[in-house]
Amino acid sequence: MKLDDLILSPSPWLALGGPQGDIVLSTRVRLARNVAGRSFSSRLRPEERQELEAYLRQAVLKALGPDHVTWFELADMPEIDRRCLVERHLISRELAAAEGQRGVAIDAAQRFAIMANEEDHLRLQVIFPGVQLQEAWLEADSVDNRLEEQVTYAFSPKLGYLTACPTNVGTAMRASVMLHLPSLVLTKQIEKVFRAVARMRLAVRGLYGEGTQATGDIYQISNQASLGRSEEDILKTLGAVIPQIVTYEQQARQVLADESPMALDDRIFRAWGILTHARTISSDETLALLSAVRLGVHLGRLQGVNIGTINDLFLLTRPGHIQKIRRAELSESQRDVARADYIRKRLGSN
Amino acid sequence: MLCQRCKKQPATVHLTEILQNEKRERHLCEDCAREEGVAVKAQINLQDILSGMLEAHHTAGKEANLACPDCGITYAEFRDQGRLGCPNDYEVFAEPLKEILEKVHGAAEHTGKLPRRAGADLTTQRQLMQLRRQLQAAVEGEKYEEAARLRDLIREKETTGETR
Repeated sequence: MKLDDLILSPSPWLALGGPQGDIVLSTRVRLARNVAGRSFSSRLRPEERQELEAYLRQAVLKALGPDHVTWFELADMPEIDRRCLVERHLISRELAAAEGQRGVAIDAAQRFAIMANEEDHLRLQVIFPGVQLQEAWLEADSVDNRLEEQVTYAFSPKLGYLTACPTNVGTAMRASVMLHLPSLVLTKQIEKVFRAVARMRLAVRGLYGEGTQATGDIYQISNQASLGRSEEDILKTLGAVIPQIVTYEQQARQVLADESPMALDDRIFRAWGILTHARTISSDETLALLSAVRLGVHLGRLQGVNIGTINDLFLLTRPGHIQKIRRAELSESQRDVARADYIRKRLGSN
Repeated sequence: MLCQRCKKQPATVHLTEILQNEKRERHLCEDCAREEGVAVKAQINLQDILSGMLEAHHTAGKEANLACPDCGITYAEFRDQGRLGCPNDYEVFAEPLKEILEKVHGAAEHTGKLPRRAGADLTTQRQLMQLRRQLQAAVEGEKYEEAARLRDLIREKETTGETR
């Protein structure tokens, strides 16, 4: 698998749609693992980092088969490509920005990725479309079992999988669900959701993880605690909370449609108007407008628009991808023009 | 800076809004932000909470000098970076970490998945760390035969775990 092909292909978790796909974009399960008998990544000398990367690459390819996964080295990867992998949620912002020897193994179906030399030696993550907590966990568990045949993990019977940051120790699992909640934002109820979620020891983050703003009304909800409860228990808590949030969002959508249909349509069609006619547009404005259009399509108010195209655009209009599509390095203002062009082309307008 | 809305309380929430392709910055206090439906809590992340907790530990002077014999990190360094140096630190810093783990996770013991192989016990892990240090010394001292022997030993220990 070539990197360019991977980046220019639709992202399966976004394009395919899954269970409750109108509100839930994706489910992710991430496991952190470290190799026994070594310092954590941040304390490795450059030559140790290099040796570890080679060791992990060999172990991962042997465990999963070189036909199924491709190993990409990040040290000499162009910045735009690294950015694209972050936008696809295949690597973390931290791994993209880090220095020294590091890599990522990505499976051909882009269902899972394994980062090497991140904060922890290995970070394995599985992304599935829609709500699929159990399915994503089973896949992560199975990949983890295969890796474990090659690598001896740092593990303590008392504290579980040992991680560089004590906030991850134990199961070292972070399960997160990405939700599109435009109606809860519009009806100003989103804060209520956050408060309820915080009481369950769950965390809310924006589209691109910790500290990022919730652009495009997209939120990620994940477990905070990783120690003292089993993977199944963590998934059970999330599995109980997500359907409630989905129901709240559905109710808010109904309220908007019943009580202020004109304001709702105005918002949706203005967004459509701008997206189909703008000559220059920033990535944040694009996400905000795509959010309104996505809502309009799912409510059946904006017809004849392919939801797959709209979902695709959430990713392909990001700064890295738009440059990749243009096959050129572009300044911010050049990107805004290229983005507007590309959106008009994809939405079939001039 | 005072809140632009009520002009009374200090502005702690800083927003960048994009309207018709124009950027607008707004500075609000937490109350006004909440009234406008802006999510304040969502901006707090786990790392901030951990840093806050570690900060609170700052006064505990005797712990600051604790150092791991395997990786060399001191508790003070961990406190500053928020990251441990090696798996053995969970033993060396067990006392001060206890409170942190309790606060973050509300629990102190693992009840989840177990590796299928028992090869990763703490003694083996520590032995591996020590072997690696010896290997480093051998390489630096240009004792290549010794280094090769150590490398084989490490490889063997790393890949063979007993089946549980």
